[in-house]
Amino acid sequence: MKAIAEISRWAIPLLLLFIPVIAFLRKVPVYESFVAGAEEGFNTGVRILPFLIGMLVSIRIFVDSGALNILAHWLQPIFAYFGLDSNVAAIIPLAIMRPLSGSGALGVATQLINQYGPDSYIGRLASTLQGSTDTTFFVLTIYFGSVGIRKYRYALKLGLLADFIGLIASIWIVTKTF
Amino acid sequence: MVNLIWLIMLVIGILISAINGQIEIVTVSAMKAAELGVEVAIELIGVMSLWLGLMRLAEEAGIVKGIARLFGPVVRLLFPTLKPDSPALGAIIMNLSANILGLGNAATPFGLKAMQELQKENPTPETASPAMITFLALNTSCITLIPATIIGVRLKANSANPTEIIGTTIVATGCAMTSAIIVDYLLRRRAAK
Repeated sequence: MKAIAEISRWAIPLLLLFIPVIAFLRKVPVYESFVAGAEEGFNTGVRILPFLIGMLVSIRIFVDSGALNILAHWLQPIFAYFGLDSNVAAIIPLAIMRPLSGSGALGVATQLINQYGPDSYIGRLASTLQGSTDTTFFVLTIYFGSVGIRKYRYALKLGLLADFIGLIASIWIVTKTF
Repeated sequence: MVNLIWLIMLVIGILISAINGQIEIVTVSAMKAAELGVEVAIELIGVMSLWLGLMRLAEEAGIVKGIARLFGPVVRLLFPTLKPDSPALGAIIMNLSANILGLGNAATPFGLKAMQELQKENPTPETASPAMITFLALNTSCITLIPATIIGVRLKANSANPTEIIGTTIVATGCAMTSAIIVDYLLRRRAAK
């Protein structure tokens, strides 16, 4: 585990060192090429801005209104039906929030970890779930939007299904491990 | 479908705020979210420029091509519709590597770059290509070796062992990624018929 954390710490500095040095050795005009590549960054940022704003406004109103908690309340019986500990129900708001908003999900996860304790069952489950799924809905709309795709075909179904498997797998592995 | 989800979130949010007698939440949230969108985009311009600059260096030095060749066989299996020397492959591999290492803010620039390259090879510019859908499925379900942010949260909450969730996270993401690959394959075949 320590070694993996070390890799993460060194990854960016090493990339920043090796890519320019190798490029220089291969006679690339390093500074000019870097600037030419960086130029694209601005356009991409501007292009995704309307998609970001559109999605953030809708998601934020939904979340801030308290709709999430009501939805979580409705979903509780389904969890109970599958014989899951009522304890696990505390994780539902995080599971719903995760595909929608990265910062929102992190907020819910942090709150769960602090409320139940980082080394409790819920704390570990929230940590695993937060680490193992992505803001699928959000990513899809921004990535597709940035290149002008309007028809997603089966992409959303597939992404949300993977998230759902991630949720089930998180519950399973945390229950089994700790 | 996105149109519908977008509308539903908006309408339900406004209705619930109204029922709770806190309609002002809608106004504040809408304005704040719009501002946040600009903040996120501006920040992204900075990181995007940095990584796209580096990416250009890596391309011109032939590093991207080398990496793409290294992962070629795996990638060809996952992206049968892409040409083996497609320029999208380099960006896809960089994005997935950044995701695996938990480097979220490096992953996004490579991901958007990959989408631009994939769009160039897309015969139907308004409809998602199979390669795009595979890429996004991998991108959002990708194995995570280092969930750095959440380890930070656990550390602050005085966990006795902040990194103990690395193992469970790897298993959970592994399950999600495997099923994403299998289901993507099935859906792609069904759509091709």
